[in-house]
Amino acid sequence: MKIIDARGLSCPEPVILLRQEMASGEHAYQILVDNHASKENTARYAEHQGYHVQVEEQDGEYTLTFTK
Amino acid sequence: METQVKLTKLASCAGCGAKVGAGTLAAMLEGFHTHTDPRLIVGYDKSDDACVYVVDPQTALVQTTDFFPPIVDDPFLYGQIAAANALSDVYAMGGEPKLALNILCLPEKMDASTVQELLRGGYEKVYEAGAIIAGGHTIHGAEPIYGLAVTGFVHPDKVLTNSGAQPGDALLLTKPLGIGVLTTAAKADLVPEEVLSRIYRQMAALNKAARDIMVRYPVHSCTDVTGFGLLGHSFEMAQGSGCTIHLTADQVPYHPEALELADMGFLPAGAYRNRSYAETGVTCRRDIPRPLMDLFFDPQTSGGLLIALPEAAARACLAQLQDTIPSAACIGYVTAREDNWIVLE
Repeated sequence: MKIIDARGLSCPEPVILLRQEMASGEHAYQILVDNHASKENTARYAEHQGYHVQVEEQDGEYTLTFTK
Repeated sequence: METQVKLTKLASCAGCGAKVGAGTLAAMLEGFHTHTDPRLIVGYDKSDDACVYVVDPQTALVQTTDFFPPIVDDPFLYGQIAAANALSDVYAMGGEPKLALNILCLPEKMDASTVQELLRGGYEKVYEAGAIIAGGHTIHGAEPIYGLAVTGFVHPDKVLTNSGAQPGDALLLTKPLGIGVLTTAAKADLVPEEVLSRIYRQMAALNKAARDIMVRYPVHSCTDVTGFGLLGHSFEMAQGSGCTIHLTADQVPYHPEALELADMGFLPAGAYRNRSYAETGVTCRRDIPRPLMDLFFDPQTSGGLLIALPEAAARACLAQLQDTIPSAACIGYVTAREDNWIVLE
C-alpha cells in the first residue's frame, strides 16, 4: 500500500498530492494529514474516485485509508 | 531577482479564504472592553462591514479595511480584485468611497515590476470607483498581502447596516457563488480558462453599480457576501436583525463548474470554518445535495451584495439590477424569528 505524508500541508496541496499518486491506479492508499479540512477534502477526492474511505484520528492527526 | 513570480504559490491560503473564522474572531474579542462615542453609530459592537461616524447632520464617514494574500497569479488582476473587495464594504453600507490607502506586505525578493503592476491594478480600480489612493504603508514579510483602508461618505439617515432586515423583506444577491472552490481548484489546474476569466471578471467587478441602483429603493439591510460565505453572512444578518432568513436553494446563483470540484474535495479550509460557525443556525427543510450546500458555505472573494428590502420594491429593484448585472437574483425572504435563524428550502 502506498503511503503519502501530507502533514504540514494546507488545502488544496494534500488533494493535489493524492490526485498525482492515484493516477497510478493502485487498489489501496494511505494518507496522513494534520487538519480537518485536509481530512475532509482527501476523503472526498478518494470517494469521488470510487475508493472506500476509513479514517483514524490520533492527537489531531488523521490517517485515512482508501481501498477499492 | 525573481522575474517569474507565481503569486498564488507564495500564499498559504487564497483571498477571503484567509479570513479568520467568525467564531474564532468572536472568541478572541470576548470580554474585550470597548468605549462608546455618540457619533460612532456603527462600531466595534456590531459585526458589520464598516464603521460609520457622524460628522454633521448630512454627512457620515464610512471606514473599512480589507486585505488578503494573492488569489490570482497576475499582479495587476490581484490588485484590482483586492481593491474591488475592499471598496465593497463601503458600498455595502450604502456609501460612496472617496479616499483609500494601500496596505502592502512584500517578500524581499519580489521584483519591482510585479509590485508596480499590483499597485497599478489597485490604483485604477479605486479610480474607477470615483475615489483616489492617497498613499499607504509597505512592509516586508514572508507572504505577499495587499489591500486597502477605504474612507467613504454616506448620509447618516441612509446607512445600510447588516442588522436592519424586517419581516416581509425579499433578499437579493448580486454575484454567483463558488469563487472559493474555483480558486482552490485552479491551484490544481482543474479549472478551464473560460471559467477562470469569468470568475476573474466577477471578482474585479465593483459593487458600485449594485449600490447605485439599490439606494434608489427602500432598502432595510445590506451586507456583502465575502469570507464567511452566503450562510455565514446571512447568519449575521438574521441574528443582527432578530429575524429568520429563508433561502430558496434553487434560486441561489452559482458557477455550475464549482459543484463537481467541491465534490472532489477542492474546498478551501474557510468553507469548513464557515460551516462550523453557522451550521447550528441553519435548518434544512428539504434535501440539499452536499456540493450545493458546500457552495453556500464557500468563502467568496469580492462577492456580491446581499440586499433586504420590502417584497414589492424588490421586484422593481431586481429588474433594474438585472439590466446591468444579469446574475442578480431573488434568493429568499425574511420572516419574524422562527425556531432557527436560517431556513433552507
